[in-house]
Amino acid sequence: MIAAVYGPKAGTRKNENPEKACIEVIWKPKTGQSGKSEREYEMTLQSICLLNVHPNTTTSIVIQVVNDDGALLPCAINAACAALVDAGTPLKHLAVAICCCMAENGQILLDPSKIEEQKVKAFVYLVFLNSIVSILPEGGKSMEHGILTSVTHGVMAVDDYFSCLKLGRPAASELSDFIRNCFKSKAGNDPSKAA
Amino acid sequence: MGGSTNGATDLSSEMEVDAFRRLFPLRFHERHLLESVRPDARSLGKARETSLALGAVASADGSALAKIGCTVNPTMLAAIKMEVMTPAKETPDEGCVAIDFHMPPICSPIVRPGRPAEAAPVVSKQLSDTIISSGMIDLKELSLVSGKAAWMVYLDIYCLDADGALFDAALLAAAAAFSHLQIPVVSLNDDGRIVVVSKENGGDKKEKNKPVNEEKRKLKLKNIPFALTCILHKKYILADPTAEEESIMETLITIVLDSSCQLVSLYKPGGPALAYESVVQDCIALSRQRVKELQKVLNESILDMEVD
Repeated sequence: MIAAVYGPKAGTRKNENPEKACIEVIWKPKTGQSGKSEREYEMTLQSICLLNVHPNTTTSIVIQVVNDDGALLPCAINAACAALVDAGTPLKHLAVAICCCMAENGQILLDPSKIEEQKVKAFVYLVFLNSIVSILPEGGKSMEHGILTSVTHGVMAVDDYFSCLKLGRPAASELSDFIRNCFKSKAGNDPSKAA
Repeated sequence: MGGSTNGATDLSSEMEVDAFRRLFPLRFHERHLLESVRPDARSLGKARETSLALGAVASADGSALAKIGCTVNPTMLAAIKMEVMTPAKETPDEGCVAIDFHMPPICSPIVRPGRPAEAAPVVSKQLSDTIISSGMIDLKELSLVSGKAAWMVYLDIYCLDADGALFDAALLAAAAAFSHLQIPVVSLNDDGRIVVVSKENGGDKKEKNKPVNEEKRKLKLKNIPFALTCILHKKYILADPTAEEESIMETLITIVLDSSCQLVSLYKPGGPALAYESVVQDCIALSRQRVKELQKVLNESILDMEVD
């Protein structure tokens, strides 16, 4: 999955609110043309992007699918966030996405591959905030616990959904540590992009 | 702009309600939320009145009109047409369902003929995912002659009035249309092709007498899914938003539960507000209530139809 960010460019597309910045997401699948499912990904990514510093501009994010090995949407979200940071766009938070699925026998698997994804009866894509705290505090509501996005496919019991959430959070925090380390090492090489 | 920005209270006492609503929509709604009520006098967790009319389109094999809210205009029209086709090789015993959601310009001033609404393909895909994954329809029931002929179901949903919570209304209309659906009678004629038999002639049936020939039958539906969309705004949860509320407070969460209260889908497409576990629990509790309400509405309308 390759993500490219262009912008901010002048003007909003389609006469949107000129007091806010506008994010445009273009999804290019590996084969074939843009269809309906692509539009769904676009809308999800649009709502992920959180920033409002430059009004009346458009920032374009282009996502090109190179290889589809399951968990397409979370991969795209992670790539898009990394690209946005690389571009230096001001962001409120960073998002970290994971995929969790429920197998037939009631077990919960994290990060399935394409074959696994097609066989399981339900899967959930979750996007959390990228946080500095690597050890989750016990109980209580803190910023790090909020779900930014959740998309589910397939039928599952409500309790299963919550257990997926519980399993997903530690995985997301590991992933967010990894991403932060990548940015730090990259920023070390290139001082103009230091966060 | 009119008054200066010193305190909403000064402005609101000087301005008319409508003007305040247009100029400061967020503050207008927030002041209502402080009193736990919404501009149309609903409480926060209450959905709008819903009604269903089955059999709205006489020429379709199944149809329904769903109306959410107390406007005179119905919100969604769903119609089903069926066609015979050869099934795919991998699944010779199963029929196929194609679901499409349209937003014609009649529904809202932001949709124009040259520019289709962005929401339409998203809702369409969500609908087809939900209906197929919920297992409401058993595809094997749509099969006629194994390997050679099966029903292809075309479900079209037209949005007539886009007043918020489109997905909820569309899903309800779709479920209602399926429950109204009657599979037409067919027979196999000499060329080996399936022909739809009209009601009058009785003596035209050749060869294989399939059980479908006897009478029009209805599809058996299990686990009908029902949806509830909520908006999250700071610490308030508003159920069944109107279009105005949706445009101001951007974080939507849609929960689809089926009749056995299993979670069919939880869709929160991002947005400025985050969902904590407690919030999700509350939304699910609201959805459970809504499922019961909607089931009642659906059963009542089916009974009304059968009486006729």
